[in-house]
Amino acid sequence: MSAMTIDLSMLAFSPPGWGSNLLRGLGHTIEIATGAYAFGLVLGLGGAMGKLSGGPILKVALEVYTTLGRAIPELILILILYYAGPTLLNQLVTAYGYPPLDVNGLAAGIFVLGVVQGAYATEVLRGAIQSIPTGQIEAAKAYGMSGWQRFARIIFPAMIPNAIPGMANLWLNVTKDSALLAVVGFSELMLETRQAAGSTKAYFMFYMAAALLYLALSQVSIFIFNWIERRQRRGQQALA
Amino acid sequence: MTDQPLGTAARANPMADGTWASMKLFGYATVAVLIAIGLASWLGDWGWLNRDFVNSQGLKPDYLGQFIAGLGRTLTLLIVSVVVGYAFAIPIGLVQVTGPWPLKWLAKAFCTFIRGTPLLVQLWLLYYGLGSLFPQIPWIRFSPLWPYLRDGFNYALLAFILSFAGYEGEIMRGGFLAVPKGELEAARAIGMSSWTVLRRIWLPRALLVVLPTLSGEVVSQLKSTPLAATVTVFDIYGIGREVQQEMFHTYEPLLLIAAIYGTLTAIIASAFKMVENLVPMKRG
Repeated sequence: MSAMTIDLSMLAFSPPGWGSNLLRGLGHTIEIATGAYAFGLVLGLGGAMGKLSGGPILKVALEVYTTLGRAIPELILILILYYAGPTLLNQLVTAYGYPPLDVNGLAAGIFVLGVVQGAYATEVLRGAIQSIPTGQIEAAKAYGMSGWQRFARIIFPAMIPNAIPGMANLWLNVTKDSALLAVVGFSELMLETRQAAGSTKAYFMFYMAAALLYLALSQVSIFIFNWIERRQRRGQQALA
Repeated sequence: MTDQPLGTAARANPMADGTWASMKLFGYATVAVLIAIGLASWLGDWGWLNRDFVNSQGLKPDYLGQFIAGLGRTLTLLIVSVVVGYAFAIPIGLVQVTGPWPLKWLAKAFCTFIRGTPLLVQLWLLYYGLGSLFPQIPWIRFSPLWPYLRDGFNYALLAFILSFAGYEGEIMRGGFLAVPKGELEAARAIGMSSWTVLRRIWLPRALLVVLPTLSGEVVSQLKSTPLAATVTVFDIYGIGREVQQEMFHTYEPLLLIAAIYGTLTAIIASAFKMVENLVPMKRG
């Protein structure tokens, strides 16, 4: 009875074992999470600046984006974007007379998770920018700094310590949300696990192994983010 | 943001130029949503939502009725997991603050596991992992438990309860810690037993501390419920997937589901706002 006993030799790295498949899946999970996080960060930074200093139409568009992005379940958004993204891209490409592209799974996965991340990142970064004392920004204006200089020299560095806890949460969320891509058939840790479990029938052991890999990833991430935050908060007054 | 006193809000928050600006924003957003609904109904094919719709096999699938039943399952999953999960979260939070070390350690490990792994893994671990162990115990197939152990709904419900208990247990830990020590000391000085202190002072104060986070947590939980469809539950997402497969429509069911979740989120957010306004809170 393979499902009852836990046979760790099935986790071996060489072919009868599935260990290397799981690790490859973990590698894909980290790859896709990193890509989506970076993409979400760019969208979030743009979104936060747009919400704070954009025109009325941009503000409304961003409000709709962040509201819907945070109100609709990630799984549903991923499915909508996963179907709609490549279709729209190919319509655009063929409209300009190029042959349709074969969108690769990694790019599509990064795109859909990144768009979801961007909605949350916009709010995190907006909050972080707003918690900068206005006096600092006014002082920069009084020195005659241009808008870009104010952003690069004052707003961005002053925002980082405030943004770190929120951004750490977003990283933990994107690593966990990447598991949802298994539902659309992207081969990350969750799907590799499902295949391993399905072919050996050792469901419990493989899902437990995947859980422990995700757990290790999140614990290492928490450790690193705590270290970054301590470094960034050097010289700041401790909160009460 | 808008319910802050005007003087302080205007300085701290460049967005809040007063109520007029936020009303204008709300107006624009409403127009945008109306345009989206208009576009969707113009471009999409929604005939299948009609209750008298007859499909190519000459059957009346009544997708609208199915969606309503699916909504019932989604809401059952949400409400039961929030209520039961919270009941577990209170002791899980409490023992982390004041319990004996084995319980403290156990609660901490539970919260770390739940918060550090994707809910999808937890759900599949229960449904496929535990679910594949049960049939190997011979007598269990003939026991009255068997119908329950075969139903994906129960595994989804269990996974969601445990998940909510794990996330809320951590938040309740923070809530218990945030109650000022002086209040607990005062209660003990009056001669309350530790049970009475917990019941009359510590728990109510901790619940008050965590109340503002609850709305977001319940919305997160709502957004987790479509995962149940991956273990054969016909919640609204499960029904939507069925429509996708039977009608060959990719977007229409997904858009309908997105609209339903958006509406539910708005209802939850405004309900909690009402509760928060009912509770008198004095911020130092």
